[in-house]
Amino acid sequence: MKREGGEVLKLEHVTKQFGGLTAVGDVTFDIREGEIFGLIGPNGAGKTTIFNLINGVYALSAGKILFYGKTIGAGAAEGKKALQLKPFRIAQMGITRTFQNIRLFKNLTVYDNVLIACHRSANYGLFEPLLRLKGTRFVKQEKALKHKAEELLDLMGLAFYRDVVSVNLPYGLQRKLEIARALALSPKLLLLDEPAAGMNPEETDSLMQMIRSIRDDFHLTVLIIEHHMDLIMGVCDRIHVLNFGKSLLEGTPGQVQNSPAVIEAYLGVQDGERCAVKEGEQ
Amino acid sequence: MSWYYIEGILIQCGYVLMVVLGLSLLTGFTGLFSFGHAGFMAIGAYVAAISTAKWGLPFFPALLLGGIAAGLVGAGLGSLTLNLKGDYFCIATLGFGEAVRLILENWEYVGGARGISGIPWKTDITSVLIACTAGTLGLMALIRSRHGRSIIAIREDELAAQMSGIDTFRYKMIALIFSAVYAGIGGGLLAHYMTYIQPKMFQMVKSTEYTIIVIFGGLGSITGSIIGTLILTFLPELLRTLNNWRLVIYGLAVIVMMVIRPRGLMGGVELGDLFRLPARKRAARLAEQRLKSMNGGDAGKGAQR
Repeated sequence: MKREGGEVLKLEHVTKQFGGLTAVGDVTFDIREGEIFGLIGPNGAGKTTIFNLINGVYALSAGKILFYGKTIGAGAAEGKKALQLKPFRIAQMGITRTFQNIRLFKNLTVYDNVLIACHRSANYGLFEPLLRLKGTRFVKQEKALKHKAEELLDLMGLAFYRDVVSVNLPYGLQRKLEIARALALSPKLLLLDEPAAGMNPEETDSLMQMIRSIRDDFHLTVLIIEHHMDLIMGVCDRIHVLNFGKSLLEGTPGQVQNSPAVIEAYLGVQDGERCAVKEGEQ
Repeated sequence: MSWYYIEGILIQCGYVLMVVLGLSLLTGFTGLFSFGHAGFMAIGAYVAAISTAKWGLPFFPALLLGGIAAGLVGAGLGSLTLNLKGDYFCIATLGFGEAVRLILENWEYVGGARGISGIPWKTDITSVLIACTAGTLGLMALIRSRHGRSIIAIREDELAAQMSGIDTFRYKMIALIFSAVYAGIGGGLLAHYMTYIQPKMFQMVKSTEYTIIVIFGGLGSITGSIIGTLILTFLPELLRTLNNWRLVIYGLAVIVMMVIRPRGLMGGVELGDLFRLPARKRAARLAEQRLKSMNGGDAGKGAQR
């Protein structure tokens, strides 16, 4: 089920240089509402760098990133100053993410992990917690927060593990918890950085179903980075292929699968002369 | 031991606890180590002492004034240093603590190296109890709110906290300011108990002592900080008959503690948890058992494949 909608995220000529190295060069794509959008490419293609640019962890060298029409990051250009929203601000606007190497609040329970991230659903002040009387804004909002956290755990099938310290969870459930935590902020766009890393085929399969169902249940748009081609081809509406920081191709899974350019980027060609890897190194 | 003597130690526990509670918020809950809290304590002590001894202010407003002064200095320090990562922040606080002491030593208005004497004797067991109760309840209220949870998230993983929409700089600032206010009030209590203060009382050794108490009691536990304060304040007094050996035993006690319980006496557990825990623990154990059996099942499948 694909819902066509407006642009959620738009990258315009996005460029990021680390010293003399161009990690991402002139990448342009847009993601439409309700879409599951895949970002693939061989190792070092700049996928995670793009995530970090969207999140505001890195500042852009050039180009522009828009979220629902609002600029969240822009490199200095044409006399205009560079603009970069802080990562927490971007998260609050509705872009949340998971990490390639899971970053949970390790020593806290499953419940606390989600409860912490629910904080945006309350707005009581710094000194309001001092007064813990029934009917105060603090008590009401705190109750709502806890309810939301429990609900989210229920939805994600984690309720049973509520009191387990998160580091003790098996890998698959840690991934799930990280997604639950990202959902706690009620995001509009969810970024998944290699969600299937280290999963076996069955786990990957259930992850695919989960990604689809959270997209529908939470009315989300999803951007996935993944090496697992089964997952990417099975779940994405459109795919953008990167190679050495440059856009290679964009299209539906079918188009991408049959593109000689993509196959070359991943596997190289048999005649050594036109090998994509060598070209990039020069 | 006479009651007078014990009362003295309890009052000492009281003002130490105020500083330790503040440090517990910063180190135990936010994950920022500070070796300059004696500096905040000195600012609180001097401002409160001058307020009563020179300007004739009543005791409680003077205490508050000392706390606020320390908090303001904390805000200034934070805006300069909180962008520093881990160890670098720690070194900055160390420098801050020493700087405060040296400024006081060379400032004639506050008595230079001789310090201030003739401070009215105001700190008694009641005032210490009031301050500590208010301090503990206030800290508990903060920790058990969205603000406190955001602060704990910073300790656990700062990047993940940011990605969860938490303004980490703001919350680190809040923790540092509150922490400084607590230390300042602790300093004010000290000044009005000793009736004299001098810069030498606020050396780096003091800062380390408070950090040791927080770690000894267990990071991320208010209960631990209170118990740690009581034990580590009473211990040197009880061992007074052993003269210089008492410091050796103090050090040994801390080392043994760290070996037996690396997470400190209470390590992230509060007194209330001990009563609440059984049901939670049972649920957690049940879930962990299920996980184990599931892993067993998975392994079986792997063998079949």
